[in-house]
Amino acid sequence: MLPEYRIAAGFLPLTDSLLLVVAKEHGFAAAEGVELALTRESSWANIRDRVAVGQFDVAHMLAPMPLAATLGLTPIAGPLIAPMALGLGGNAVTVSPGLWERMRAAGAPDDLTPGPVGRALAAVIESTEQKLRFAVVHPHSGHNYELRYWLAASGIDPDRAVEIVVLPPPLMPDAIRTGGIDGYCVGEPWNSVAVATGAGRIATVKAAIWPRSPEKVLGTTESWAARNGQALAALLRALHQASLWCGDPANHADAAALLARPDYLGVPAELIGRALSGRLVVGGNDSVVVPEVFVPNAHDATYPRPTHALWFYSQMVRWGDVQHNERNAELARGTYRPDLYREALSAAEPASGDVEFFDGRTFDPDDLNGYIASQRPYA
Amino acid sequence: MPGRDLSILIIDENRMRAQIIEDGLREAGHTLVTVLDTNHEAARRITEIAPDVVVIDLENPNRDRLEHYFSLSRALKKPIAMFVDRSDSAEIEAAVEAGVSAYVVDGLKKERVKPILDMAISRFNAFARLTRELEEARSALEDRKLIDQAKGILIKSRGISEAEAYALLRKTAMNQNRKIVEIAQSLITAAGLLES
Repeated sequence: MLPEYRIAAGFLPLTDSLLLVVAKEHGFAAAEGVELALTRESSWANIRDRVAVGQFDVAHMLAPMPLAATLGLTPIAGPLIAPMALGLGGNAVTVSPGLWERMRAAGAPDDLTPGPVGRALAAVIESTEQKLRFAVVHPHSGHNYELRYWLAASGIDPDRAVEIVVLPPPLMPDAIRTGGIDGYCVGEPWNSVAVATGAGRIATVKAAIWPRSPEKVLGTTESWAARNGQALAALLRALHQASLWCGDPANHADAAALLARPDYLGVPAELIGRALSGRLVVGGNDSVVVPEVFVPNAHDATYPRPTHALWFYSQMVRWGDVQHNERNAELARGTYRPDLYREALSAAEPASGDVEFFDGRTFDPDDLNGYIASQRPYA
Repeated sequence: MPGRDLSILIIDENRMRAQIIEDGLREAGHTLVTVLDTNHEAARRITEIAPDVVVIDLENPNRDRLEHYFSLSRALKKPIAMFVDRSDSAEIEAAVEAGVSAYVVDGLKKERVKPILDMAISRFNAFARLTRELEEARSALEDRKLIDQAKGILIKSRGISEAEAYALLRKTAMNQNRKIVEIAQSLITAAGLLES
């Protein structure tokens, strides 16, 4: 069958690029008449710019990126939308072996529970003269907002008690090995890579800070989506089929081997497989089973929930990226397009997923004003 | 601030390309041009350089880091935005096509910055063309060597002239709808197998 639609997509070398890679390599895109051309990129800024100028039709994007662009917070700004999510979870917080020793001495448990691990980190910071430096992949990223949430809820002021810098994911393991940073929050496999070389220890995971939380989306411009409705719907169906395939544990070994290819991640399949199987080696020979480290399909993992967009918006307000008002909140909510998702997949609206964090706090999108008022920049 | 020379920072890990752009800017009369590669603490030095315009190549894996730095840059008196006029989509498109990105201090007049961006874009394109041509020349040379080697094998094994050897390679390539160099490569591989 000749392809009806040619779609160019950009991605970064991360485990959660899996749905796009599988859609292409296992024929799910072709079955929908889509010829999917994938290009690996080196920065989120390139992803954003190349989508903005139309070199990419769609891309693997950080979940808050469409909000940031639509709210005019980025250099090339224009309305971006997220008609689909590309899975849940996938990130972890890795610290240097030296910092981990001090955290352990301050009572950090080995089991990744964010509360006690965070308290131990707070104790280390209390007793340290020098500011610890943490890296995230982008200012407008789930990584930045969940790291900040975890730090703040642990009694650590993210803006004053530590320094937060930006680094591309593949450079994180080297940066921590050379001492340029003390810790980082990044998507897999870049935590496992540092563990494998002895350069880092996984301290906690996104799946524990905020269970079943959003991470990457399929992003595109509002105008491309409007002009290519059928192509987009075909792609969403292909990605949905890919997510079903990826969600089957029987396929995890194949999925890891595929991503390991040099043109995708170029990282050993064994390391990639850890986040897929949920058995994370956290340091040395210690492993912890975390069943929902990365969720490609279950729990409506690909449904773009406006609730998620609004939580990211609340954090943009919290950390001073944007001013809260009705218009901005509406713009933020509007970037997530479950209507396009439901139409393409003939899907119903899923049950509203509870948003509950490790500290017991919940987020109710119907009480956005109350939530924003109740959160201090640093709690 | 009319008349004041703009401070221009070029961040490019490709020194040759950076040099070409720097030369172009200097020829155009700009004197405050600094070139950095990101490995040399570009983020730290941006403060002292205080650029009005920053030119970065898109291959640079540290773009996100530098962009974050600009956005925080209280060191810069005014925030840096990408391009002068966000509505000038043709200019932005041309830049991304060429593989370059630019950031400018907000409030600069378009007519002061546009020539700098145009220069960067055209030199990036020229550099890409040069690289492509060099690559083509290199591969043509490689092809030539392989074909000569294959001709040598035919001359030796079949006792034919050089012209006949070439004609045979060409005819085989045409019959099989392949390139002469591919036939030459197969022949060399086959000859190697038979020898050992």
